Amino acid sequence: MSAITTPNQFDVPAKGNEPHGHNYLNHSKGILSWMFTLDHKRIGLMYMALVLFAFFLGGTFAMLLRTELIAEGPTLLADKTQAWNLYNHMFSLHGAVMVFLFIIPAVPAILGNFILPMQLGAKDVAFPRLNLLSLYVYAAGAAFFLYVLLSGVINAWTGYTMPGGFGLDTGWTFYTPYSSSKSMSSVIPATGGAFILGFSSILTGVNFIASIHTLRPKGMGWFDMPLFLWGLYATSIIQILATPVLAITLMLLIAERAMGIGIFDPALGGDPVLYQHFFWFYSHPAVYIMILPAMGVISEIISTFSRRHIFGYTFIAYSSIAIALLGFLVWGHHMFTSGQSALTNVAFSLITFSVAIPSAIKVFNWVTTMYKGSIRLETPMLYGIGFIWMFSIGGLTGIFLAALSVDIHMHDTYFVVAHFHYVMVGSMLFAFIGGMNYWFPKMFGKMYNERVAAFAAILLFIGFNLTFFIQFVAGSHGMPRRYANYPVQFVSHHYWSTIGAYIMGLSLVIVLFNWVAALLNGKKAPANPWGSNTLEWQSASPPPHDNFPTTPVVTDPYDLDRWRYVSDDEGWVLTDEAKAAIAAGTARTGQLH
Amino acid sequence: MSSISTNLGDPNDGHGHGHGGHAHSHNPFLAHHFDTPEQQFTTGKLGMWVFLGTELLMFGGLFCAYAVYRHNHPEVFMYAHTYLDKWWGAVNTVVLLVSSFTMAWGVRAAQLGQKGLLCVLLVLTLLGGAGFMVIKGIEYKAKWEHHLFPGRLNVYNKDYAGPEKPGEAHDTHGAAGVSHGAAAAQGHDHAHDTGVAGKPVVEHANLATGAEAAPRSEGAETAPQAPKPGEHAEVAAMAKPVDGPKIPVSFFDPNSLGAASDAAKIVPKSGGPAGLAASEAAHGHAAHMAYGDLPARDKVRVNTFFSIYFMMTGLHGVHVVVGMGLIAWILIKGATGIFGPSYYTPVDLVGLYWHLVDLIWIFLFPLLYLIH
Ligand SMILES: [Cu+2]
Repeated sequence: MSAITTPNQFDVPAKGNEPHGHNYLNHSKGILSWMFTLDHKRIGLMYMALVLFAFFLGGTFAMLLRTELIAEGPTLLADKTQAWNLYNHMFSLHGAVMVFLFIIPAVPAILGNFILPMQLGAKDVAFPRLNLLSLYVYAAGAAFFLYVLLSGVINAWTGYTMPGGFGLDTGWTFYTPYSSSKSMSSVIPATGGAFILGFSSILTGVNFIASIHTLRPKGMGWFDMPLFLWGLYATSIIQILATPVLAITLMLLIAERAMGIGIFDPALGGDPVLYQHFFWFYSHPAVYIMILPAMGVISEIISTFSRRHIFGYTFIAYSSIAIALLGFLVWGHHMFTSGQSALTNVAFSLITFSVAIPSAIKVFNWVTTMYKGSIRLETPMLYGIGFIWMFSIGGLTGIFLAALSVDIHMHDTYFVVAHFHYVMVGSMLFAFIGGMNYWFPKMFGKMYNERVAAFAAILLFIGFNLTFFIQFVAGSHGMPRRYANYPVQFVSHHYWSTIGAYIMGLSLVIVLFNWVAALLNGKKAPANPWGSNTLEWQSASPPPHDNFPTTPVVTDPYDLDRWRYVSDDEGWVLTDEAKAAIAAGTARTGQLH
Repeated sequence: MSSISTNLGDPNDGHGHGHGGHAHSHNPFLAHHFDTPEQQFTTGKLGMWVFLGTELLMFGGLFCAYAVYRHNHPEVFMYAHTYLDKWWGAVNTVVLLVSSFTMAWGVRAAQLGQKGLLCVLLVLTLLGGAGFMVIKGIEYKAKWEHHLFPGRLNVYNKDYAGPEKPGEAHDTHGAAGVSHGAAAAQGHDHAHDTGVAGKPVVEHANLATGAEAAPRSEGAETAPQAPKPGEHAEVAAMAKPVDGPKIPVSFFDPNSLGAASDAAKIVPKSGGPAGLAASEAAHGHAAHMAYGDLPARDKVRVNTFFSIYFMMTGLHGVHVVVGMGLIAWILIKGATGIFGPSYYTPVDLVGLYWHLVDLIWIFLFPLLYLIH
């Protein structure tokens, strides 16, 4: 650790790319150097390729779902039964792929993998081999999963049966006893795929927890960590505590289906509600696996683009942990109509309300951070503001649903669909794309076209709200979810919702196109294009193989005054005072709380 | 700037940069992203503890299912657990405990660099694991022979498709108002069948309780399953000396006990209801429950106990096998003599894992075998 005060630490390269252009991307060449790499940055990029592919698939099927619903009656196929069957397979695919293959791994596995060690000033995660293993476990699980799900859609659409694949028509929740005893689709391979994917998630969680505990550099206490790391830490806690329960649940489900062991099927003496308890004991906390790292991203973005120190650091940090822990006590709110006792319902309802407290703490702190800040509406910030807006709607409608009497009316309607899409898409997806734009220059050393990116962000915001806000209305009027058809009074709701979905699809294509264009001929990115003070910006863009030439000096991660803007080409550089402080060994100005 | 350039210019050099300097160049086991061996050791250990936490939660799901079913259907557990052989369970507990001890000692030996001792202890630990699995295999085999495997292979499952036709058996029994007496009588037949086949009699007699045999009674009425009178006498004679003295009444299913001690009285009445009822009354074992005594809603749930038993012990068995693989791996590494005071992390971590496997069994044994 002697390197900490190495005087030339502040020689952060002004330009992103080194004179000889040596970085982790060209560190070694050939496909094998990627496939067997232990470099967390390359693993993060490989995750990115896989996860974005899954997102593309899940999104495509979202478009097809909405197309089926654009008008009353069968749309994609002429025959009613076939059209409804196709719809069932498509929404199972959309839900299962989005949840297990995209939302859960997106922020931790892509951004977390890439950024976590760098924010720690470390060379890698704690267990690089485990990290690579988790990637391959993910790929294997995804292959299973996709084969099964696609086989169902293909069969429903064209009549062609892929060998061994009969699709999945249970939705992503695999409720028993339909899944264990009735469904004619390939439940075992699908749940087997989810089981395998769970291990990938567990391995990532173990890795991140160990990294954050033991790889923090000298001078970085728990409360000197960037809030993104707090978000990832809270996420990892959930991943290691909840995912094993899903694993055993799916194992029991597989055994039930294969052998009829009678744990969940009432006809065999089992208890179907026990399945729901087990499933939601994982899947409710899983919602926080999705949102907590996203909240971490937003904390970084809001502070950076408001040019203000984050407000209420300690509160945001603790609220992440509070959400993670409270999240384990609320699963019963998915079973208000499943025959739980009234007392249980009341308890789960009250605890569910209480999750609003740490969530609101975060929102208030973000808004207060922006207050009197010098806000720059660059693309990541647009996503950040969009996040606050939509997370507020998603969170507040969650309170509606936590209220018992309201939930009895709203249960299994489009109101629920709209609520969780506001949290999962409006919030998590916005944070993910915002985070991708925020760290894109660091990852690839290229700048994307700011105007196109901002246009796509605004279009996505409009498309999203058009798609889902009207679903609150449809749901509160009684439109049930998961139905392929609807009565005539919902025609216009569904029509506009579908138009909104197309706008979303278009804007996401623009986002992707913009990234690809930036990769091909984007401007070179400076080391620190945004003037952030977390450690990853103190390395080159893209970073060298070992992340940092010398271990960087740790300071308050939100002390943005240490940087001054030079030019678009050179980005932000350390002020002379900051350099002097490093040289004098007094750089640690962190006063967070 | 110069340091950056040199670094980046030479990727190999890059690895060493930013470290304290001396430690890693001397220690071939220190990965490039750690500063000191201590940091690496702490990290590994923390990771293992976190992983063990996930293992506990995975088993936690099964423990939870166990708790729910035992709470809701205590009679099922009281009744069905008598099929398990408490003695084999106890022996296995001891075997695992001893292997945990040799493992812990092995960690110490690795720490002190005692290569020979380490190898001996690891071999002993491996033998313990193997012994456990063999005993488990013996128990499973008995369950298999008695149609107690989980799911549709279990005679109590309503979808059971074997020759015993249990669903019908249950129905007939209920409809005819025949209580456990008939079942118990069949229990003898069953014990005899297996006894004849030359299997360990203790195991089988123990398993041949009334409930297990209840479904078989249906089979017994059909030609292939009906025991021959001659066999009965012969087997009863064989079974008697083993069952009687060696197996204490407390753990023994009353029906089987009846089979052994009252064999002469019962055999001629094979399939009849009176024999066992009489013998049960004679023995006065209030603690035990017979299939016929189960509430109707629980009769269909006896198979659930076996499902939970097999899921729990099966998952545990998988962990034992994985642990044995890991021990074999560090045995091979240890034989080269690489472990010593400065590097013994793998032994330590595998040891932790092995203790967890042991610990889980310590919970499984009383929960499954020692129900009162
Ligand atoms: Cu929930």
